[in-house]
Amino acid sequence: MLKRTPLYEKHLALGAKLVPFAGWEMPVQYPAGIIAEHLAVRTSAGLFDIAHMGLIKVEGDQALPLLQRALTNDAARLNVNQCQYTVACNEHGGTIDDLFLYRLPTHYLIVANAVNTDKALAWLKNLAGGQGVSLADNDCMLSVQGPQAAAAVGKALGVDLGGLKHNRVLGWRDLVLSRSGYTGEDGIELIIAKKDAGKVWDTILTAGVQPCGLGARDTLRLEAGLPLYGHEYDEETSPLDAGYAWAVKFDKGDFIGKQDLLNGPKKYLVGIELEGRLIPRQGHSVLRPSSLAPLGIVTSGTYSPTFKKPIALAYLTTATTDVVVDIRGQMVPGRVVDKAFYKR
Amino acid sequence: MGNFPGELKYSKEHEWVKVEGKTATVGISDYAQDSLGDVVYVELPAVGKEFKAMQEFGVVESVKSVSTLYAPVGGKVVARNEALNDHPEKVNTAPYGEGWIMKLEMSSPADLDALLTAADYQKLIQK
Repeated sequence: MLKRTPLYEKHLALGAKLVPFAGWEMPVQYPAGIIAEHLAVRTSAGLFDIAHMGLIKVEGDQALPLLQRALTNDAARLNVNQCQYTVACNEHGGTIDDLFLYRLPTHYLIVANAVNTDKALAWLKNLAGGQGVSLADNDCMLSVQGPQAAAAVGKALGVDLGGLKHNRVLGWRDLVLSRSGYTGEDGIELIIAKKDAGKVWDTILTAGVQPCGLGARDTLRLEAGLPLYGHEYDEETSPLDAGYAWAVKFDKGDFIGKQDLLNGPKKYLVGIELEGRLIPRQGHSVLRPSSLAPLGIVTSGTYSPTFKKPIALAYLTTATTDVVVDIRGQMVPGRVVDKAFYKR
Repeated sequence: MGNFPGELKYSKEHEWVKVEGKTATVGISDYAQDSLGDVVYVELPAVGKEFKAMQEFGVVESVKSVSTLYAPVGGKVVARNEALNDHPEKVNTAPYGEGWIMKLEMSSPADLDALLTAADYQKLIQK
């Protein structure tokens, strides 16, 4: 039985197409379609139901030592009402999950990928000896992304977000608002009580924001070169491999995975721009042009709505510039570029 | 849901066929285009190439997935819709009109007997 977010009925009423995703029944697109939703986020603002994301509360006087041991980034650098990208690694430096960590006035809150929530929760509880780690399952998240996102949320909720900086948090009434996101755009993410989700959703839509599904969320994050667990991350792949050396703080003391991570990356995540119109997909081989010697593998690929051409993220083991991608037997020429295809 | 003209025949793989004499025009159904979402590339078959019924003749790529196209009837390709190279979205906006994919000269009109009527096709997709 698939789980449903508090916004399930809203999605049906909007005519969304619902698909299974990580055990949840989620909107992949609304009638506007993935390309229109994607472009709305690049040019104005889009609203995403991300209530499938896991929220894990960490509290008590052992919270900070636990987070320092469990996560690669330095949680001690967070002041109250700040947030940071971080990663939970296994003993071998592979990735258990990539996470977003909030320091709120009374506790820490970890945002986990839906597909990994149970795994991350069990792992943290085990490390904590059962103390101070729990699922915050009365709350959920919404995300509003795009150049008009802060203005639209501000107008809809009657709060001034103009001064809220990147990775900063504002507690306002019953809401937690942060300037953050997963699209390469400016944006606001909201942590709200599940019982209020429908009301807040409707209020933000009324401000003229486009509802957006997981399809556009994927194309947006891919254009921005942002990794997705199950594609760019898995238990064998480290945050250094994924290009997140800045989120691995070797100077903070000991943490799980540190010894292996000290050996550095084993492969490199790159962007590839392809000629023609065939679209590279996860698992396609990346080869050297004339010899067709293997260079790596595509982890994500799509048609880029912004650049109107096929793009891919791929892991390579050798630095190079020109490649071909084997798309169902057709050798399609491509060029290695910075994985952040899109920068605002 | 969707639009399924009664004068067309449909395959279980969601292609449609319009028959005019020995010529069969082929495209994908309204249900197929809606399921795929935004179509961004259609791999067209070479003119002159011959296909058997239910043989793969190309692919259609949407933003999120790739789907194989199957020839609903056997025959030789006599035309392909070059306009889809620049405007693959016509498959979404006009699946039975400007979004047609190829025209075949049928080798065996009996292949048509294996196809579904609009009513039977709608029953299939409602399952």
